[in-house]
Amino acid sequence: MTNTDWPLWEVFVRSRRGLSHTHAGSLHAPDAEFALRNARDLYTRRGEGVSIWVVPSTAITASSPDEKDPFFEPAADKPYRHPTFYEIPEGVKHL
Amino acid sequence: MATAAAHQPARTQQHGAHDGTAGATGTEDAHQRAFDAAVAADERIEPRDWMPDAYRATLVRQIAQHAHSEIIGMQPEANWITRAPSLRRKAILMAKVQDEAGHGLYLYSAAETLGTGRDELLDKLHTGRQKYSSIFNYPTLTWADVGAIGWLVDGAAITNQVPLCRCSYGPYARAMIRICKEESFHQRQGYELLLALSRGTPEQHAMAQDAVDRWWWPSLMMFGPPDDESAHSAQSMDWKIKRHSNDELRQRFVDICVPQAESLGLTLPDPDLRWNEERGHHDFGPIDWTEFKEVLKGNGPCNEQRITQRRRAHDEGAWVREAAAAYAAKHSTAAGHGETGVEQA
Repeated sequence: MTNTDWPLWEVFVRSRRGLSHTHAGSLHAPDAEFALRNARDLYTRRGEGVSIWVVPSTAITASSPDEKDPFFEPAADKPYRHPTFYEIPEGVKHL
Repeated sequence: MATAAAHQPARTQQHGAHDGTAGATGTEDAHQRAFDAAVAADERIEPRDWMPDAYRATLVRQIAQHAHSEIIGMQPEANWITRAPSLRRKAILMAKVQDEAGHGLYLYSAAETLGTGRDELLDKLHTGRQKYSSIFNYPTLTWADVGAIGWLVDGAAITNQVPLCRCSYGPYARAMIRICKEESFHQRQGYELLLALSRGTPEQHAMAQDAVDRWWWPSLMMFGPPDDESAHSAQSMDWKIKRHSNDELRQRFVDICVPQAESLGLTLPDPDLRWNEERGHHDFGPIDWTEFKEVLKGNGPCNEQRITQRRRAHDEGAWVREAAAAYAAKHSTAAGHGETGVEQA
């Protein structure tokens, strides 16, 4: 038996309190508990984290790169969603 | 589905959608143009993007060779763990060898995003169908070799790898960023080790010099054949997998090492090595490429030993992998039947 039977896990590490978990990489492990232990040894050998999430890679649903443009299109033509869109007279404070 | 959605190469999906349709060629052209534009704009290519088959194959070959080098590279240094001269040196060496294993795993993960499984990669290493860096086919004869490997071999590796942090393939570039951060410790511990020996007794100094004498030329060969004989260089530069030519990086390494050797109080074994004012670089003597090719062909001092030990380690670890899988299977069944609580109680 080989690694084929070991599923792939995605590893997310919180580098310190107050920050969100960030994707660090992936690894193979037979179950979640091993995935956590392996992730600790692989991605936090120098104190890079205070918390780890492991997620089976198959549980992730990703947007398709083929639809990249149409999928994100709705955000492209709405500059009024940004504060810089608005003209405010000079001298107006705290705005 | 075996492959993660997040890593699923887009190629499979596109072939499924377009095979046999009249629009296939047009779509392929559009994909090629999008790929070329992304590379030209210095954007990164990600796993699910369309990419030319040759680009994918080149990356798998290069990343696999790189991953194999990391794990085979554990052997020559691990050879000295039990004989390290102090607890401090032993702890450092263990941490370094563990890092090499980690680097191998980062790189195998990157290779897997291209659609090649971990097993397939290991199998190709074990059967000699994929290579690892020739440098690891040289033996570590003395403790000073541990220092020479850190300073010269890891130094050459860093020179090669820093530009790879900007490689056009995202997962490879990200793995390299992580690796380069860690390699810096490897190089410095090696340099410090050699410095201690160089400033020690005459016997220790001689041992350090002997190690540098043996590792210098093989380290220069790590940059690969000269530019005019390098089979893959030009295409890899066009794809921005590589950023600098073999000879350019080799020259950079020589220029970095000369003053470092002086500070160590050691000499580099090359009578032709001298500063060239006009070029602004050091000239150095001819490299024995016959030796390089022989080692590459499998006739180096340790080729057989390295791969035999690698296969043995894999085979002897089989029961651990089986036990872990059996344990995982048992627990998932138990959880499925709602018996986890009983077992834990």
